[in-house]
Amino acid sequence: MKWDKILKLAGVILVVAAVAVLSVVPLFPGVKWLPFANLIRQGLDLKGGVHVVLEAQDTPEAPVTDDRVKQAMAILENRVNAFGVAEPIIQQQGPRRIIIELAGVQDPDEAVGTLIKTAYLEFKTEDGTTVLTGRQLKNATDSKNPQTGQYEVNLEFEPDGAKAFAEITAANVGKRLAIVLDGNVLQAPSIDEPIPNGKARIAPYESLPEAHNIAILLRSGSLPVKLEVMEKRTVGPTLGADSLDKSVKAGIAGLIGIVIFMLLYYRIPGLVANLSLIIYALIVLMIFAALHVTMTLPGIAGFLLTLGMAVDANVIIFERLREELWSGKTLRSAIDAGFKRAFVAILDSNVTTLIAGAVLYYFGTGPIKGFAVTLTIGILASMFTAITMTRWLLHLVAGSNLVRNLKLYGA
Amino acid sequence: MLRERMPFHFIKLRKIWYALSILIIIPGLISLFTQGLNLGIDFSGGSLLDLKFNQATSVEQVRNVLQGFDLADASIQSSNETDFIIRTRELSEEENESIVTAIDSQLGGVTLQRSERVGPVIGRELIAKAIYALLAASVLMVIYISWRFEFKQGVAAILALLHDSLVVLGVFSIFQIEIDSAFIAAILTIIGYSINDTIIIFDRIRENLLNKKKGEALEDVINSSLWQTIARSINTVLMVEIILVSLFLLGGTTIRGMVLALLVGITVGAYSSVCFASPLWFDLKKQERRAKPGAARA
Repeated sequence: MKWDKILKLAGVILVVAAVAVLSVVPLFPGVKWLPFANLIRQGLDLKGGVHVVLEAQDTPEAPVTDDRVKQAMAILENRVNAFGVAEPIIQQQGPRRIIIELAGVQDPDEAVGTLIKTAYLEFKTEDGTTVLTGRQLKNATDSKNPQTGQYEVNLEFEPDGAKAFAEITAANVGKRLAIVLDGNVLQAPSIDEPIPNGKARIAPYESLPEAHNIAILLRSGSLPVKLEVMEKRTVGPTLGADSLDKSVKAGIAGLIGIVIFMLLYYRIPGLVANLSLIIYALIVLMIFAALHVTMTLPGIAGFLLTLGMAVDANVIIFERLREELWSGKTLRSAIDAGFKRAFVAILDSNVTTLIAGAVLYYFGTGPIKGFAVTLTIGILASMFTAITMTRWLLHLVAGSNLVRNLKLYGA
Repeated sequence: MLRERMPFHFIKLRKIWYALSILIIIPGLISLFTQGLNLGIDFSGGSLLDLKFNQATSVEQVRNVLQGFDLADASIQSSNETDFIIRTRELSEEENESIVTAIDSQLGGVTLQRSERVGPVIGRELIAKAIYALLAASVLMVIYISWRFEFKQGVAAILALLHDSLVVLGVFSIFQIEIDSAFIAAILTIIGYSINDTIIIFDRIRENLLNKKKGEALEDVINSSLWQTIARSINTVLMVEIILVSLFLLGGTTIRGMVLALLVGITVGAYSSVCFASPLWFDLKKQERRAKPGAARA
């Protein structure tokens, strides 16, 4: 017996067990990241929510331009914020499409309806009466005042709006005029003096982008282009939670199956493989958490599939180990020879799966991309654990002389 | 010593494997040409409603409500008395809403668990992308295998993949199982797995050819390589299947189609690596020697 090797082995097992427990069970409620599995973002199919693909459509009045799509996105963003959704995703895809993802929305259909309805811009006096609407606003532009050096937004009203605006400003000097978009107060500048000509100025702003933003929102009292829903997917929160729960259970059942099989078939090396399989799973989950990978249902399936492939690397090595033992080598040289020969096979075979993963990532969208990411991370991590961890652990076990019967190594 | 017991000769029996493969593929091909695939709304466009009723409800009751909306031909599928999945042509936002309201009020309360609406344009784009993805993956893999091994092995491996994909498509066509976008991911994973499996065997053949005894026939080298890797082939496919079977049984309905495709594909993939790719490569090699008689005599 070599006590130093046995101690090392016991240390490894203890550390792995501790990390495994900590990653799953919230032992210290004060430490937020401490089951780190919680850090892995869940996709919409797991936590429920809505995924919409909108496409800008040409109309005679408003053909699609890049500027109009950008404006529409700014308005949508403003509306999404009104839902109070955590981490909404609004992104442009191609020249005409906008993807929106909202997690945990109670009424997804209403949310989509609100998103693509025509916006409503109104001006309200301090007592809450609407005195002007977006229809009466002709234009809003941002600029830098050459005299004062301040950033400002210039408003220009339609003729009927200009008349009403003149009356309102005359009657409300010193008071505030609220600019309300979709029921949210965008701004409430105070009226310094009566404005008779329908040309108003709001100043100052912190920066030009800020003024620019406000000007866009004002200009686009309504959506600048027609938006069509191309694709809409909603998942209720209970269904999402149920899917997550079920796949976790399936994963645990599958993992137990593998662990038992490896133990029965490969004995001591099987035990080592099981330990490195747990290390593998922990490493992968940590990478998911660190890279903020969004976990989807196909993603979970991909991860579980890599468990099978992670064991494969071990199986290749152990089969080689057996052969080397049969040919009469000592345990240690058999371990080294087995690894050396298995490495080429593992490398070549995994590169092809990596190619499939890269192609899936390049061509895929949404959940398919998630599947590709989990598959790729899984394969890379499995090569690492199989080649380094399993080898080191096998040497530790062999060196400890705990088990001397070569039959238990597969001979 | 080393795997002296080889119950049969894989390469000599290759006609049996080819016949077996053809026997599996032909019915699938016939089905593919006659009834095609059951494309889900991801590909064909349309709407899907996943409903959970508060009380036991029959398909007829649901169909009656849908008839009021001119949707008598909608597909209604129930997994139990309260869970229903309805697939229809593409519905507008308003239609969608009024249907759910009607079902809710007429059949005593319902929760909309999931709703999907995909326009026909998106569906067409998805099919195009899927085909590009499959082509790109195949080409890249052949290049890699040709670089690491030889071109003919690349060809054999790709033909084996075609074999696997045809079996999976055939099974899905015969049983008219719905295909969604996750199916593409499944097919690419099967391809990745099957090639992975094939390469482990080719790697062994490559190694054994280097240490070949004088006068040993190629078919015997391939045969013993297959027997040397057979335990690994079986064990690995078993391990992946343990995971897949538990996902199939416990994993919920939304990924069942994908898991089923993987289950069929990975089983066939393991088979084709041993009994299709390697014999095929042998036959390709044999042709090469016939073409160059001088090389064969040397």
